[in-house]
Amino acid sequence: MLSLYVPGGSVVHRARAGLKLALLAALGVGLFLVESPAVMAGAVALATAVGLGVARLPWRALAVQVRPVWVWLAVLFVFHLLVTDLRTGSVAVLRLVALLVAAAVVTATTRVTALVAVIEWLASPLRVLGVRPARIGLVLAMTLRFIPLVAERAARIREAQAARGAVRLRAGMAVPLLIQVLRMAATVGEALDARGADDAPARRPRRRTAVAS
Amino acid sequence: MRWGRRPAEDADDAVATEVGVELRDVGHAYGERVVLDGVSLTLAERRVGVIGGNGSGKSTFARLLNGLVVPTSGTVLVDGLDTRTQVRAVRRRVGFVFQDPDAQIVHPTVAEDLAFGPHNQGLPDDEVARRVEEMLERYGLAGHRDHPAHLLSGGQKQLLAIAGVLAMRPRRIVFDEPTTLLDLANTRRVARVIDELEQDVVVVTHHLELLGGFDRVLVVEGGRVVADGAPGETVPWYVARMG
Amino acid sequence: MKSRDLAYVALFAAIVAVLGLLPPVPVPGLPVPITAQTLGVMLAGSVLGAKRGGLALLVFLALVAAGAPLLSGGRGGLSVFAGPTAGYLYSWPIAAFVIGLLTQLFWKRFNLAWALVANMIGGIVVIYAIGVPFTALYGDVSLWASLTGSFTFIPGDLVKAVAASVVAVAVRRAYPVIELPTRHATAG
Repeated sequence: MLSLYVPGGSVVHRARAGLKLALLAALGVGLFLVESPAVMAGAVALATAVGLGVARLPWRALAVQVRPVWVWLAVLFVFHLLVTDLRTGSVAVLRLVALLVAAAVVTATTRVTALVAVIEWLASPLRVLGVRPARIGLVLAMTLRFIPLVAERAARIREAQAARGAVRLRAGMAVPLLIQVLRMAATVGEALDARGADDAPARRPRRRTAVAS
Repeated sequence: MRWGRRPAEDADDAVATEVGVELRDVGHAYGERVVLDGVSLTLAERRVGVIGGNGSGKSTFARLLNGLVVPTSGTVLVDGLDTRTQVRAVRRRVGFVFQDPDAQIVHPTVAEDLAFGPHNQGLPDDEVARRVEEMLERYGLAGHRDHPAHLLSGGQKQLLAIAGVLAMRPRRIVFDEPTTLLDLANTRRVARVIDELEQDVVVVTHHLELLGGFDRVLVVEGGRVVADGAPGETVPWYVARMG
Repeated sequence: MKSRDLAYVALFAAIVAVLGLLPPVPVPGLPVPITAQTLGVMLAGSVLGAKRGGLALLVFLALVAAGAPLLSGGRGGLSVFAGPTAGYLYSWPIAAFVIGLLTQLFWKRFNLAWALVANMIGGIVVIYAIGVPFTALYGDVSLWASLTGSFTFIPGDLVKAVAASVVAVAVRRAYPVIELPTRHATAG
């Protein structure tokens, strides 16, 4: 669900994560500066071509990320038809589709660790405030790890309550679930210590080759 | 066979590097609740098992061995290092495998999680990568390199958790009920993995069959070590005591 | 910050994400279905306290910005931070922080009433105080129009504040995370 990364060796895969994110950010800002449906359609085509053609992603890898919002996009389109006009509506919708596809391409071709490393880098000025960027990266990675875990434990508790005859007990489910995952998180805290998280070097170690040269 | 407390014998060897793990009159309490009391022993064997009922204190015992829990009285020394003052050095020597692998796997994908420990040790990237490859091969996880950890089976998750600790190359490993959440096939598989380890291991468990080839088994009850000896003696004694 | 706090922060960031996976719940009598994500904002503040709660929401937003489709409806990426309702997103870490601050203030006599006060001030007042003007500026509409436009969500937010308060009080009784008196390791 959250590992949207699709392994591959294309130019897009090998491009630096920071570059990809910067381009995505530039696209996000750039597309809001123009109001032309043709440009938006071109952006959608370009993002799709990069994803399917250059990065050789299966179309499903992109569809999976766009699918959850298509109803929302349709509603937005109808809203614009009613309130503004066809042109504004198509610009708004195509712009979002272009950004969604572009973001999907970046996400599908970039390992989470690489994205997290970029965020660590962006956070490095915070070092002045006593924040350790490596820990930010760790927390981000842990969150991605926890999401399916929390969903899974929630499903298990729902099953357990259903087995005891509770058909619909949403609020009653929350308390045992929270206590269970809080306990788990406390153990994860121990595991972090056991695996040397508080031992982490202040700076990422350099590659040995870089040191040698 | 030794019963009850065992006096600390090697106190003077504390600064040596090969004395193993030594507990000197160790007690631990969470607030008012005493979970361990007056435990003194030296663990130098390759395979040590710890058994006892729920709430006996054996989980706290395990956590004392790598400084996850520091004693509220007495001293724990690992190769002469005090867990209270030299906890980081201790943790580099003593790996810890938890009961629930979900609580131990902190990165979303298999390879990333394996790299976590070695990276924390400050190893260069190429060495980290080499260890990750070694572990992927050794534990049949190579096909799952970039897979999300939550898609692994329960047995594979526990293997990943163990591999994540082994990638740090500790000298000894403490297992806290490593097979409690596993089915029979996976329990046997993990037992085999533990058996093949070159490291010294301490295994806290309810699965008595894990302890067959062990050198020494401790029985913990009410926060005290009530029996201590070869598994051929302590395990039947424990079983008989349970009725 | 201890390792355990890092795990708590990640956990609540994950909980907010999982709440985004739930489909909007239609409630009889309410004009708009309830989305659960701000429930996570309230829980983060009232279970973890100010600092960890606020950080949990910052972490969540960082992942969304990195392209993870974690907002309800599967939205994510940098574009959501530029939309007309982005102000509501920016308000979340602040809301969780304020809820946490009030919760810590009331901690000794914390009960359903105090929890409601904390969650309504932090989880409703703060969020609207940031989200409404942002939308007004962004869409070039009057503050009043922006405010009335968001009124339809208030009943749902009240329901969430009650739910978060009930849960927070129950969690405090069983497993208090704020102001731990002793270490809760798994003994046994």
